Amino acid sequence: MADITADGYSPARDEEDEAQDKALTTADGTPLKISLRRSQARQRRRAFYLVAPLLAFLVVTFGWPIAQMTFRSIHNPEVANYLPETSAAIADWSGDDVPDEEVFAAMARDMKTGVEDRTIGRAAARINREIPGARSLVMSTARDVEEMSPPYRDAFLAEDEDWADLEFWRLIKRETRILTPAYYLLALDFEYNTRGEIVERPEVYQVYRLLFWRTAWMSMAITGLCILLGYPIAHLLATLPLRKSNLLMILVLLPFWTSLLVRTSAWIVLLQQQGVINDLLVWANIVGDDGRVRMIYNQIGTIIAMTHILLPFMILPLYSVMKTIPPSYMRAARSLGATQFTAFTKIYMPLTIPGLAAGVLLVFILAIGYYITPALVGGESGIFISNLIAQNMQGSSAQLKLASALATILLVAVLVFYWLFNKLIGVDRLKFG
Amino acid sequence: MQHDSGTGNGAEDSAYVRFEDVQKSYDGETLVIKNLNLAIKRGEFLTMLGPSGSGKTTCLMMLAGFESTTHGAIWLHEQRIDNVPPHKRGIGMVFQNYALFPHMTVAENLAFPLKVRGMGKSETEERVNRVLSMVELPQMGDRRPAQLSGGQQQRVAVARALVFEPDLVLMDEPLGALDKQLREQMQFEIKHIHESLGVTVVYVTHDQSEALTMSDRVAVFNDGIIQQLSTPEVLYEAPDNAFVAQFIGENNRLLGEVVERTSDTEIRVKLETGETIRALPVNIDASTERTTLSLRPERVQINPPEGSMPNVLTGKVAEVIYLGDHIRTRLAVAGHDDFIVKIPNASGHPSLSEGEAASLGWTIEDCRALDA
Ligand SMILES: Nc1ncnc2c1ncn2[C@@H]1O[C@H](COP(=O)(O)OP(=O)(O)OP(=O)(O)O)[C@@H](O)[C@H]1O
Ligand SMILES: [Mg+2]
Repeated sequence: MADITADGYSPARDEEDEAQDKALTTADGTPLKISLRRSQARQRRRAFYLVAPLLAFLVVTFGWPIAQMTFRSIHNPEVANYLPETSAAIADWSGDDVPDEEVFAAMARDMKTGVEDRTIGRAAARINREIPGARSLVMSTARDVEEMSPPYRDAFLAEDEDWADLEFWRLIKRETRILTPAYYLLALDFEYNTRGEIVERPEVYQVYRLLFWRTAWMSMAITGLCILLGYPIAHLLATLPLRKSNLLMILVLLPFWTSLLVRTSAWIVLLQQQGVINDLLVWANIVGDDGRVRMIYNQIGTIIAMTHILLPFMILPLYSVMKTIPPSYMRAARSLGATQFTAFTKIYMPLTIPGLAAGVLLVFILAIGYYITPALVGGESGIFISNLIAQNMQGSSAQLKLASALATILLVAVLVFYWLFNKLIGVDRLKFG
Repeated sequence: MQHDSGTGNGAEDSAYVRFEDVQKSYDGETLVIKNLNLAIKRGEFLTMLGPSGSGKTTCLMMLAGFESTTHGAIWLHEQRIDNVPPHKRGIGMVFQNYALFPHMTVAENLAFPLKVRGMGKSETEERVNRVLSMVELPQMGDRRPAQLSGGQQQRVAVARALVFEPDLVLMDEPLGALDKQLREQMQFEIKHIHESLGVTVVYVTHDQSEALTMSDRVAVFNDGIIQQLSTPEVLYEAPDNAFVAQFIGENNRLLGEVVERTSDTEIRVKLETGETIRALPVNIDASTERTTLSLRPERVQINPPEGSMPNVLTGKVAEVIYLGDHIRTRLAVAGHDDFIVKIPNASGHPSLSEGEAASLGWTIEDCRALDA
């Protein structure tokens, strides 16, 4: 302290201490924090303007459709729209006994408007989807409803005694809810039974859970194979002299530049029972002509073809990380007494984790939603959930809402996987290329 | 080819590390190391000094086991080690970029060589702490290398190379990435560690002042050949050839032709501009005609008293640079305009100004006639 005072430094220090008590200001007297925030706000705004077009594009083409899809998978407006009065009246019904006159009267009014607007047929069709036979019940009564007179309860029951069917009314009551989990139940192989309880579907109809599970394990298998095949290649790419590694890189990228369909059909040519590999096996007398191996149109085919297609997504992030690991790390480990193996497992491998994790994330997420390859080479046993989503979106039996529910489940699964991955590895540590 | 003044090839029994006729080629076309013979004594601090690409790192890598020798043998402690894998050689190594493992803390880095040797936990911890306090970083064990300054990383790298108590430590330009002040401090500390532990150090640098201040002996490399292997003093005072003279310290070169061999310790050399200089023959044999005269800038006297110096030339001052402790003066002398003289900034020394003419004198011994 003594020499500080001798320097004449101490008074200046005191002034500074005072200034700190008052909070710092810029030259024009605005508090420093405020002017800093202002200047940063300007920068932030400018940055926002730059990304605004992209943001708008993404919202319109990506965010909005996904929100639509998710909404559709639970949205169930038909019955409520076609039978508005019935919907209101049936809300108070206990469900234990045939509804009272109020509900029947509402139904009669709805039918009259339905006949006038010619919407009654659609309502009947919608109900028929849940209870086969309900269409004719609704339609035949609707034709006569004009001549009926109150009390409608008796008139309806006189028309057809199926109007006393509690199942029918329970269904109406259930279907008048605007939002329904029914498609999610279906997507997970559950359904409502006649008493409105949630039960598993009969085993012959169960397919989706199996497919989700198959998609998951096959994607894992594909990811695992990609690691096994990609890791050594990426290592070679990163360590070979430039000319050789460039050539190898082209070989890695070549499949990337080839049409997906071409690649997949090439696998068909190779793997089919009259294909190249089987011919070779027969020629080498490894299998007999009648014992040709089935390698395609099943799970093996899907795994082989998709591993091939997704391999670059594993190699490239791995390569970009390995490229940055100086050889001196391994040398240092060796000079410190580690065997080649220890140096590899303790030093090199941990350093490649950011690339490995990025590769796993890419390959797994791509695989889980893959469509075209399983569709072409998967046969019956090798297709993925995305193939079923597609099936539900096309054709005369399209069930868009079921497809939406399946797709939403898939999306959530991917998000959960991503979240878990982030917890485990930390996405900020990943390096994609 | 080789000028091993002072190695004492006869002292091979006491050699701890010995390179024997070692040659190295990477591509099968050029020899990067051309017939290297080098004996390093136990406990010695030997520096390999040379310009970029002269083969210093290659030598070190062959010794550490990361490169194979194309020809010849390397002996460590009377054992041929050409076929011993690197992890069995027990040689500590400090890399130029430190090569600290980024995913491990400092303490884990230091424990690594002990762990792979199967050392127990408590002993490992004790040794790590000991070596951390040796390099004066006792509180840094939990940090990661990226959280350390360059100088601190350097210390950790040195500590890691020493923690398993090797007898031989190799350092490849360990201070290359540090600023001047830190470099000088670290030079001192490494030297201090070397002295207190008694390890043998083979040190690579292309900074000649670093080589001179730290080493017991310096091997000057050029073009895959050891040009001279001597103590720093001999290297500076008595360079064997023009390359060493030029590379170590500052040096004035005058080219000329040998006109008379007066005696074993004196020749007369006629410069291209006609002046005759008396010089000490060093690297001159009977048939040599052309020679390079080498003269240290601080050995030149400005305006010497008449008749006091055997060699006197006149020059014209081209540039004066004030450097505090001395004044660096560039003159045009005998057709060269890069003749440097260092004039101590002390009383009794003349001060020159630009454009002024001055006479320059020096002794026969300070003017060494080397290969052209
Ligand atoms: N792995 C390699 N493959 C081919 N040539 C190499 C290899 N390593 C070094 N060389 C060549 O060998 C020569 C000597 O290289 P070396 O690394 O030993 O030089 P150095 O003296 O350490 O230089 P620097 O001071 O720049 O580090 C150089 O010409 C270099 O191009
Ligand atoms: Mg080098």
